[in-house]
Order: sequence, then structure tokens, then C-alpha cells
Amino acid sequence: MDDTQGAALADPPLDLRLTEEQRISREGMRRFVARDLAPLARSADEAGTAQAAVLDAVAGFGLPLMSMPEALGGAGLPRSPLGNVLACEDLGQGDMSQALAALQPLGLVNALIDFASDAQQEAWLPRFASETLVPAAVALGEPRATFDPGAPATTARRQGEDYLLNGEKSLIPLVERCELFLVIAVAEDGPAAFLVEADRAGMSRQRRDYMGLRAAEPGSLILEDVTVPAGHRLEHFDLTRLVALARLGQAALAVGCCQAVLEQCVPYALERKAFGEPIAQRQSVAFMIANMGIEIEGMRLLVWRAASRAEQGLSFHRQAYLAALQATEKAMEIGTNGVQVFGGAGFVRDYPLEMYYRNLRGLSALHGAVMV
Amino acid sequence: MINLELPKALRNIQAMTHQLAEQGFRPISRKYDRIEHGDTPAELKPLAQMIAAARPRGRKAGEGADGADPDAVKNGANLIGIVSVEEMCWGDVGLMLSLPAAGLGNAAIQAVGSAEQKQQYGKLYCAMAITEPGAGSDSAAITTTARRDGDEWVLNGEKIYCTGGQRCDAVVVWATLDKALGKAAIKSFIVPRDNPGMSLVRVEDKMGLRISDTAALAFNECRIPADHVLGSAEIADTEAARKKAFGGVMQTFDNTRPQVAAMALGVARAALEITREILEKEGVKADFSKSPYNSTATELELYRLEADLEAARLMTYKAAWMADNGQANSKEASMCKAKAGRMGNEVTLKCVALCGEAGYSERHLLEKLARDSKIIDIFEGTQQIQQLIVARHLLGLSSRELK
Repeated sequence: MDDTQGAALADPPLDLRLTEEQRISREGMRRFVARDLAPLARSADEAGTAQAAVLDAVAGFGLPLMSMPEALGGAGLPRSPLGNVLACEDLGQGDMSQALAALQPLGLVNALIDFASDAQQEAWLPRFASETLVPAAVALGEPRATFDPGAPATTARRQGEDYLLNGEKSLIPLVERCELFLVIAVAEDGPAAFLVEADRAGMSRQRRDYMGLRAAEPGSLILEDVTVPAGHRLEHFDLTRLVALARLGQAALAVGCCQAVLEQCVPYALERKAFGEPIAQRQSVAFMIANMGIEIEGMRLLVWRAASRAEQGLSFHRQAYLAALQATEKAMEIGTNGVQVFGGAGFVRDYPLEMYYRNLRGLSALHGAVMV
Repeated sequence: MINLELPKALRNIQAMTHQLAEQGFRPISRKYDRIEHGDTPAELKPLAQMIAAARPRGRKAGEGADGADPDAVKNGANLIGIVSVEEMCWGDVGLMLSLPAAGLGNAAIQAVGSAEQKQQYGKLYCAMAITEPGAGSDSAAITTTARRDGDEWVLNGEKIYCTGGQRCDAVVVWATLDKALGKAAIKSFIVPRDNPGMSLVRVEDKMGLRISDTAALAFNECRIPADHVLGSAEIADTEAARKKAFGGVMQTFDNTRPQVAAMALGVARAALEITREILEKEGVKADFSKSPYNSTATELELYRLEADLEAARLMTYKAAWMADNGQANSKEASMCKAKAGRMGNEVTLKCVALCGEAGYSERHLLEKLARDSKIIDIFEGTQQIQQLIVARHLLGLSSRELK
């Protein structure tokens, strides 16, 4: 067991209370989610476009700025995977799809803070010191059935002062809008991360259609002999950390979406009558709802524990792996049961249940989407 | 601040209890599974004394330097209980339940007993007798009666599945004052083990938890002093008061359900550790290095079981933490019991399957753990009862609306 490995000197009690700051920022976020994000989820899904108002509003919360050094335009606060997880959860409850799009810069900025040298941070971070969206994304996943985030097939070959990148990265949100990508590739000395501007020669981008996550505007980035200066390679890159923190971001989005499923099912089951009484009064339906609540609680606590460990400087790879596994499997169970509780109404696009179902399946294909 | 790690004080208790379970329970685990019936195992007597001596009295953990601050978050008796129970059940759940120490009856006396009752019975080993041949999960349907006769109560009826009913010092017995008045007339009574009129009918032969004495008790004009009723002997006359009276009795479960969930944590962890050991000898290394679907079926199964165990543990911690910090936790107590109960059974059964013949064989403890785990999803509220309670909370339905 590695649970106490690297334990810090501090000895806080087991605690489930949010900090005052977390409570306050949550309130603001939840107001926005209920009033502005959730109501736009369906139209964004149908249009296959993230709404400008949503992207701007999320940018306005300034999540990427929090942990950026003050000298570079940020707030200079310590990195907070847990704070980011809470934001993912809340936004995921409103609309997983647009949340994924809006949170892309956060993942890239966190990667820069964690893995870039001081000089690299000075060169690349200031452009993100903005309260409007700066589209940029981490590009990790690849379009292969057996893809493993620990072993990408995209290659980086050293050529004098440059690297030559080749490969295809897939399911990147806002792919056509991004100005900058952090491309994860394998160099001769192991996994590496390269900052690649969207306009470099040899790059092409292709929007792709998926079962769900349509409003995230996902697609592929194809790299054919793309030349990148060696200085664009992040100096302290740690793929294991990136993957683990991204697993938490995705799992947190799923927790939020599952909460939305539950909150749709409760009033529906109380209102919908069959055989003369609300279906909520039948154990077969009531137990499905109870199990949603039970599994969401477990998913959420697994994600919180791993994020809190990361925040405290404790080892968290195992915990993040388990949290993501549990979240991926239970989320789909909840997604499909959400449609089931609604019956035919869950299958038609008047209600959001079928959309949650399609979006939640995306968890099994996403990699590196939101590094918290 | 969200922190789901145990502080040092609790990790110390954990380590001490672990040592006790490893040295005191594990070596005699198989022996008493085979012996099954008898008196309290001799080996347990010194352990029970050690535990009683180590139990913190009047002081709650976490109340160290900041104990004076009423707003400070507390890690108290409930969480300590969870941590200890998991460790002891990692050793052997049946032996833990055979410790001549705090039984379920003690929890009830602690929750609703008078000062005198706590004084007289608090340090004894008190079992709880609720279930009857015709009333299990439906505890409001019990038919054992209590009749007032002068300065005494007179009990008549039959109780079954009473854990500790053979070896305890006293039994807390649920009985009705008037069957026609429903739940409100159900009261609980303390009956000393040697009280005339209460007799041991049999000790059950079971699939698992064999060393733990599960007794059937008969009450035949069993007379106890009038002050041996727990709580008020009045039958509430309004609907609201009736609800409150039975609710008070049921509230004991908010504290005991997480403790039972913790039993599943210990049993499941033991099975997972043994399974990993056996598999590692054959070169199976589930080290989280490959994504789930690029792992072997065996590795993925281990990951799933571990994830379920961790989720159940965190939910159990949460329910106990809420109780320690004065928050209503009825929903969370049932949630953790539901999750942990089914997890413990699933994990132990899968561990047997993962190890093939070695899992099924009595030369390892896996098959025993799989026999022991089943009851944890049944007693102290079955899986289905927990789901009912959780569903009522989530849907805002009463027990009348959601049966």
C-alpha cells in the first residue's frame, strides 16, 4: 500500500468540508451552470458548436489564472487539483460537452505550470493571462482501439536544433479553433511534450463526428513532419502525472453529469404515473434511483480523495486510476439507467437523458482532456 | 479542507488494531471456523481486556491542541470505530463478533439508556434480539409481547438470529406492549442472560461466521424489573409522537450501520491482499501501468475490486465523520452499508474465482472470507432495506408511500 507514501509533515484531520473560498467560488459557478449553461446544452449539442457566451463566461471565471505566477499575470495561488475538480464537477453537471471545450486552456496551463521551465513559462504563459478564451489544448489521445495513454505512437525525432513530429492525435476539443497544442509524443529518450502552434507547416486539423460530446467540437490533429524547435519541449515533463490528473478531470466531469441524470430522474419518477401511482413508488424504479445516488457518492469521494492527495503532495497515481475506472464504469451504468427510468421519453431528444447517455460514453475514449 | 487521509492518531490506532488482528485472530481463524460451537474462545479473553483498556474514555480523537474550538472538525468515536472494526475484521469477522465486549445491545443502551442502565449494563456484553421467525427486515411486525404486572415486565415470545445470544451477559429484547397499536407500542427491554423465563433454544449452524454464536431464545413468562425498559414506556398517542418514538429506536442504526459496513471493508481487504499474494507468485503484477482495457482480465478484475473497496471505505468514513461532527447521517449510513455490503460479497467471491482451486481450497482463507462476507449484506438491514431507505431520502417519500 502506498497510501502514506510521501506523507507531508502536516497532520490534518479527516475532513469533508470545503474551504470558505471553495464554497464561494462554487456558489458562483453553480449559479452560472443552472442559469446559463444547462439550458444551452441541448441547442449546443444539436448545432455541434460550443456557444460563444458559454466559452466566454467560463473564461471569465479565470480558472487557468489561479495558479499562474503573479509576474506572468496570474493570481499566484498554489496549484489546486481539488479546486479544479470541483469546477469540473459543477460544469459537467450543466453540460459535459461544452464544459470540456471551455476547460481546455486550463489543462494546458496546468501542464505548463507543472512541466515547463521558468523560461518556458515566461514565454508561453502570459498569453493565457486573459479573461477571454484563449483556445489551446493538450493533445494526447490517438485513434487506435488499443491506445494506451502511457504509450503514444506519435513520434518526435531529433534533427539538429529541432524535433520532427509525426502522428495523429484525436478527440481534441475545439480542435479547429486552437491556437496552440501541447502534443505528447515519444522521443528517443521517452515520452515528451511539445508546444506546437497551430499554424506550423505539416499540421492539419479535421473536425470529426462522434456519438456525443458534439458541442465540444472534437476532432483530430494530424502531424506530418512538423518541425518544432527543441526549446518547445517541456523540460520537466511527466506523462504519468499528466495522465493521472487528466483522469481526475474527466472523472469529475462524469460525476457532475451523473448528478444531472439523478436530478432529472427524481422529479420525473415522482410525476410519471403508471398503474395509478407514481413510478417512484415502485421498488424497481426507486432502487435504480437509490443506486444512482449510492454510486455517485462513491465516485465523487474517490475523485476528491485522489485530488486532495495530489494537492497535498502525496502519491496519487493509484487513487486516480481507481477513481477514473470506477467513474467510467459507474457513470455509464447511471447514464443508461437514466434513459431507462424515463422509458421512451428518455430515448427521444425532448429530454436530456439520451444526450447524457451519449456524452458519458465519451469517457472511455477521452485521454488527457482536462488536466486538473 | 477536504482531506480523506486518516490523521496520525487514527493511523496509530489502526496499526495497533492491525497487530492485534494479525497476531490474535489470524492464527486461530481456521481453527474456530471448524470448532464452530462452544464457549468464548479462551484466546479472546486477554484480547478483550486489552481492547477495553485501550478504548479511549470520554475523550474524542482529534481533540488535541484544538480541542477547545467547538467549530474544529472532529475525528471521534465513530471514525475510530470504523478504523478498528475494519482492522479486526481483516483478521476475522467471526472472532471479532465473539469478543466478550460491546455488542449491538450496548449500542442501544448507549443511545437511549438511562444513567442507571448505563452504569449497570454499560460494561457488560449486551446482545440485541429483534428478529423473530415471522419478522426479519420488517421489524415493526414483531409479536413478542411485554405485559406490565406490578413492578415487573413479563415477556413472552421467540427471538432468532441473536448475535452473541449464547455467551452475552444480557440481551436487549424488542417486544410490543400492544400489537394493535403498531410501531409506537414497540419497546426494548434489558434481560439479564440468566434471568428465569429466558432460555436458549439453539445456536444456529451457519455457512460462515461460525464461531460467532447466533442464538434462538425463548421467552416464557420471563419477568424483569420495571426499570429494565429502555426509554419511555409510554405509548405515544399522536401520529407525530408515534413516528418519533419508533424513529428513536431506529436511530441506533445510523451509528451501527457504518460499523457493519466497516466489517465488509476488512473482509474484502483481507481477500484482496491474499489474492494479490497468490497471483504475484504466478507473475501477475497489477501495477496500474496499463490502461484498464489494455490490462489482462485478471488485472482489470483486481482494479475493479480495489476501486469498489476504496469507494465503499470512503463512503463509510464519510458517514462516520458526519456522526462525529453532529450531522444527520441516516442517508449516508444506509448508502455506505449498501455499497460496502454488496462490495464485500462481490470482492470475496471474485477473489475465490480469481485464484481457481487455491481460492476454493481450505488451505487458504479465501473460501472462508467468501462464506463470512454474505451475512454482512444481510444483517443490520439487508441490501434491499438500505436501498429503500436511500430511495426514500432521495425521492422524499415516506415509508407508507414507498413500501
